Amino acid sequence: MSALTFTLKKTLAQKLDVSALTPDLLADKSPAEVSATPLPYGKQTLRADEFFDISGTDSKQIVFENANTKIDYIGAGLKTGSITINGDAGAFLGFQMKQGEIVLNGNAADFAACAMAGGLLKINGNVGDFLGAALIGDKKGMKGGTVLVSGNTGERTGDQMRRGMILIEGNAGKYCASRMLAGTIGVLGDVGEYVGYGMRRGTLLLTKKPQMHATLQDCGTHTLPYLSLMFKSFSALPSKFAKINQNRVQRYAGDLANDGKGEILVFK
Amino acid sequence: MIINGVQIDDTFAEAFNMRGTRVIITAQNHKWAYNAANAMTGFATSVIGCGVEAGIERELDPSETPDGRPGVSILMFAMGSSVLMKQLENRMGQTILTCPTAAAFSGIDGNERINLGKNLRFFGDGFQISKQFGGKRYWRVPVMDGEFITEETTGMVRAVGGGNFLVLAESQPQALAACEAAIEAMRKIPNVIMPFPGGVVRSGSKVGSKYKALFASTNDAFCPTLKGITNTQLSPEIESVMEIVIDGLTDADIRKATYVGIKAACELGAANGIKRISAGNYGGKLGQFQFHLRDIMNDKSLSGEIA
Repeated sequence: MSALTFTLKKTLAQKLDVSALTPDLLADKSPAEVSATPLPYGKQTLRADEFFDISGTDSKQIVFENANTKIDYIGAGLKTGSITINGDAGAFLGFQMKQGEIVLNGNAADFAACAMAGGLLKINGNVGDFLGAALIGDKKGMKGGTVLVSGNTGERTGDQMRRGMILIEGNAGKYCASRMLAGTIGVLGDVGEYVGYGMRRGTLLLTKKPQMHATLQDCGTHTLPYLSLMFKSFSALPSKFAKINQNRVQRYAGDLANDGKGEILVFK
Repeated sequence: MIINGVQIDDTFAEAFNMRGTRVIITAQNHKWAYNAANAMTGFATSVIGCGVEAGIERELDPSETPDGRPGVSILMFAMGSSVLMKQLENRMGQTILTCPTAAAFSGIDGNERINLGKNLRFFGDGFQISKQFGGKRYWRVPVMDGEFITEETTGMVRAVGGGNFLVLAESQPQALAACEAAIEAMRKIPNVIMPFPGGVVRSGSKVGSKYKALFASTNDAFCPTLKGITNTQLSPEIESVMEIVIDGLTDADIRKATYVGIKAACELGAANGIKRISAGNYGGKLGQFQFHLRDIMNDKSLSGEIA
């Protein structure tokens, strides 16, 4: 069986919501039923085959070809299986995903991994703002799973993140780890200003000392044994983080304006 | 049955269902891992007075431990899950939390989980940090030497306690030498511990006592100085008896350890004053497991595996 493939054939004038096209929702559906899946498009709802050429039958692995940033909610609520996207993805990629794997070969727009609860989201490209953040109005962001980004991320990466891991090989924008509640964010490149703004708990791992505001305080240089455990858990990941093997860090704690139990660890 | 001049009695050891767990203790080096593990498994010879029976199972290379540091694995057994949990938490708090550089991790899977560092985290007074890797939760507790790392829970399994055999010899030094040889061989067997001092116990007991307050008392039938005045089990030449008690994760582990221990003791043989091997039981009415000595020593699968 070949992967169930959705190749975009139409120039999208509106945002297209494809949250109905996940392995768990399409399981046991006939090709005719898959083609007839209703998809919200702007203020209309149209059949899936109005937008996509559909081929393949294996709904456990879904592929989007020729995708672009008008396609929102790819892999929303994913519970099982895998989704591969060739091209770019719109907002809310992996929204509330619970298990399974999403691989994006392209760039993602804002709110990727929003309220994600588990599974693996691998983005081979750049991401917009609010990666791993909460749904607007919610108090807690991403609460589990792993996000790997090979490129850069926008502002507010990990805003209100509650649990899980975001590992960024490139740079992160302003307000990285803002209002973070727990979990781990790693950035191999640079981070923008106001890093850890309002950070309550959680860990931000950096390779270079960022510009820091006054309510982040230096706690000295330490060899932290827990980092060995963490890097061991990274070792199987398809990421540059798999090769890190260093547990000597400068520890900054904060944001003291918000309880101050978070930490920014900078490799020495 | 006679092995190298040593008579193997036609009797059996009687053992009981227990609850067991394994904990991996790591530290900066083996010296400090042993300091922590020795303290944690100290005063844990018998459930009667100590709550748990515990011991060091084996040394672990850095490649075998979760955090890549040198370590040791310990096994701990109790008659019930609540005692095991309470003792584990107490001992963790007083011996692992306190020991410089030491960390503790779960050493066994199992559906039943018991607290390892789950409540110790509160020592951190709000500065403790939880981290989850690979589906396991760890706690980082700030302490004066840096950070104390512990896994939140460890597994609890059904286990077997009270496997044993007795070494009967012509003198006290000879009995001890045979037991030392047995223990050295048995420590190479995984999944078992011999909880008494140095692995050997000299005060075997019988059920009951002339004193109402006591429910166990000295096993006078095996006391060499009482040969003439009690219903003795000892022949005239026996001058000293020592016992090795074995707790294991399964009855197969205890069978193997029993085989290896008796074989090592018998290798010294009658020429070195080792005369008989026997075992302790309560007539077979109390324990769920029976380890028949002759059956074990005749078991070809046991002898083949340790060739």
